Amino acid sequence: MTKVVDRSPLTFYERTYLPAILEGIKVTARHFARTVQGQNTAKDLSGGYYPETPWKVSEGYRGAPYLVRDQEGATKCVSCQLCEFVCPPKAIKITPPGPDGQAADRANAEKMPREFEINMLRCIFCGLCQEVCPEEAIFLRNDYSLTGLSREEMVYNKEKLLGLGGVHAGVQKWKHKAEEARAQETFPVKV
Amino acid sequence: MPEPVASSHPITIDPTMSNAVTNAPAAPPPVEKVRVKVDGREIEVPKTMPDWQGKMQPTTMLQACKIAGVEVPHYCYHHKLPVAGNCRMCLVEFSTPMMDPATRKPVLNEDGSPKMARSVLPYEPQTPRGAIACATPISPGMEIHAASPATKQMREAVLESLLINHPLDCPICDQAGECKLQEYSVQHGQAASRFVEPKVHKPKAVDLGPRIMLDDERCILCTRCVRFTRDVAGDDALGIVNRGSYNTIASAPGRSFDNNYTLNTVDLCPVGALTSKDFRFKMRVWFLKETPSVCTSCATGCSVTVGSREGIVHRYEPRENDAVNGPWMCDSGRLNYRWIHRPDRLGKVLLRGAESDWTSAIAELAALLGSAPKGSVAFVASSRQTTEELWLVSRIARKLGALTDTVAREGEPDRLLVSADKNPNSQGARLTGVSFTEAGVTIPEIARGIDEGRIRTLVVLGEDVTKAGISSETLARVGNLVVSDILPNATTAAAHVLLPGCAHVEKRGTFINGKGRIQRFGKAIEPRGDARAEWEWLQELAVALGAVEPSRSIEGLFNRMASDVPALAGVEWARLGDLGVTVPV
Repeated sequence: MTKVVDRSPLTFYERTYLPAILEGIKVTARHFARTVQGQNTAKDLSGGYYPETPWKVSEGYRGAPYLVRDQEGATKCVSCQLCEFVCPPKAIKITPPGPDGQAADRANAEKMPREFEINMLRCIFCGLCQEVCPEEAIFLRNDYSLTGLSREEMVYNKEKLLGLGGVHAGVQKWKHKAEEARAQETFPVKV
Repeated sequence: MPEPVASSHPITIDPTMSNAVTNAPAAPPPVEKVRVKVDGREIEVPKTMPDWQGKMQPTTMLQACKIAGVEVPHYCYHHKLPVAGNCRMCLVEFSTPMMDPATRKPVLNEDGSPKMARSVLPYEPQTPRGAIACATPISPGMEIHAASPATKQMREAVLESLLINHPLDCPICDQAGECKLQEYSVQHGQAASRFVEPKVHKPKAVDLGPRIMLDDERCILCTRCVRFTRDVAGDDALGIVNRGSYNTIASAPGRSFDNNYTLNTVDLCPVGALTSKDFRFKMRVWFLKETPSVCTSCATGCSVTVGSREGIVHRYEPRENDAVNGPWMCDSGRLNYRWIHRPDRLGKVLLRGAESDWTSAIAELAALLGSAPKGSVAFVASSRQTTEELWLVSRIARKLGALTDTVAREGEPDRLLVSADKNPNSQGARLTGVSFTEAGVTIPEIARGIDEGRIRTLVVLGEDVTKAGISSETLARVGNLVVSDILPNATTAAAHVLLPGCAHVEKRGTFINGKGRIQRFGKAIEPRGDARAEWEWLQELAVALGAVEPSRSIEGLFNRMASDVPALAGVEWARLGDLGVTVPV
């Protein structure tokens, strides 16, 4: 479908500019009247003005990405580094555990990151980390106002990310695998 | 069209292989050819091709497909291992020309072309019968249907069966990213699993040996590791135990899998069952920058790929080079990289103990060496340095009339790859004239010269001479001790001028291995601190002394060297390629 845009020259009436100015004044006056009567739209929605009354975000809002724990308080991240790979602004930096790293919270998940850093100054809140995560360990939460006094402070480490992320109950596949393996106690077959 | 499957057993190196300059291979004998069709395209392939040991054997369907440029997925087949034919992944449908049983003549179509008979199950002639491409020889006129619906279905079914008990723990698996099970699942597998029963669980994180970790759940029982260690490494240490779906890889009872070639099984393992303890959970493979390089642990000079990320070397892997190491390398060489990141690496230019910079250090050196009387300077270089650097040393030494030598380093050889000469570039030192055939014979003469006061200036590059025949007392008598090294030692501690050097992964250059193979290596990471590639400052010094004409790059320097050193005549940097060139030694 083609939409034809009217590009005919301005009429004398339009070229005087005054009608447009008057239209603008009308809008301002309408808002002024509403504010005086206490009917401001922003106030209606959030019950107040922004810094004093924080803005309530809706479901599915893409705020700051944080790490989450499972319902038993175990770190879900297994340091697969897919988020680090997919992150478009390279905001994520993961230090893998290495051969002699700390044991994972969930025994048969075998590993978890030694360090997990997100540079919130670099993050563009695109949500690709959440989408790519095979462990449901990172989520874009509701935080939209991130402040700090230095650049270093805006690099959130693993401890801070886990603290802010809270708990996200999930499938617990590693636990199920461990249970399934325990049920097969006949292995290795004794002869 | 890709090269036919490479020849020769890794241990018996084939001297006729590849682009040797001087000992050019003799014209190959005429090869009998067979015409076959791959996916409808007719090609001509040799009737026999080298097997894993280099013996001529009837060409297989897999080799024919490779020549045709058609990839047949496979797990257990490896061109340098005996064929086992157990994974069934390379099953393909094929047809052969129909033969009249009575007349023994080919049956023809109406247009005169031979009538083809698809291979079918004898008891069920409507069902295609596949054959494993890795072990089935071709026959004249055969047609291989590598992309037919039946072939695709067979691959799908094999993959499904392999994945039945596979744990799918890719997020925690070191192989993820270079896993054939992942790759083929994407290319040939099904999108969803139909298997609803609980999977069979097997032991995880089994300690198989000092360097190997085994995850039995991930294993697809291809037996590549078993065949490698039995037939190539000559240590029959691995086998399969238990029955049916409880099959597991295990080392012989009471034995540890600990020969010097165990880590090759990690490379061979198409899945994440065998993983390296050294590389375990260190870095995901898709982040690694791969730089072609050469192992420096002995004079064999195995071709390697250095995997590094953001200035940190994470692993060495063998790079296939039939003129040197085949596809293998030893564990000791592979793990010999940690010193690169030692915290005590030398990183500052020191002029008589005071911190300085390269410009003033080179100016001082040039003044010192330029004014030195003939015969008052000696060089002890290292056969761990590149050929270019050794050549620059020899040019400077020739200009100054100085004695030169390198330090010999001997060790235990083995019957596979490890050489008794532990220096990667002894031949480079010999060919450039820095050392004699027997390295280290001039060092006592240098020591005597220092003691008698004839030699006032000693330049040491990358060696601790206190352990090589010049005692600390003798070293203390040297008026000007110039030392370039990577790690601190007794000689660097005594240096008047100390120049921080580069590891080979931090610079470019070439090594000449014991058999005369020149191989070049690339720069994987940046040098630490003020460290600078030795060839850069050696060249600046040589130019200042009027010993060589300046070259702007390592390529130019190499070509200048090649035109000066008789043994390297005709060799050019650009012709070295990734596999190198053999020169007479």
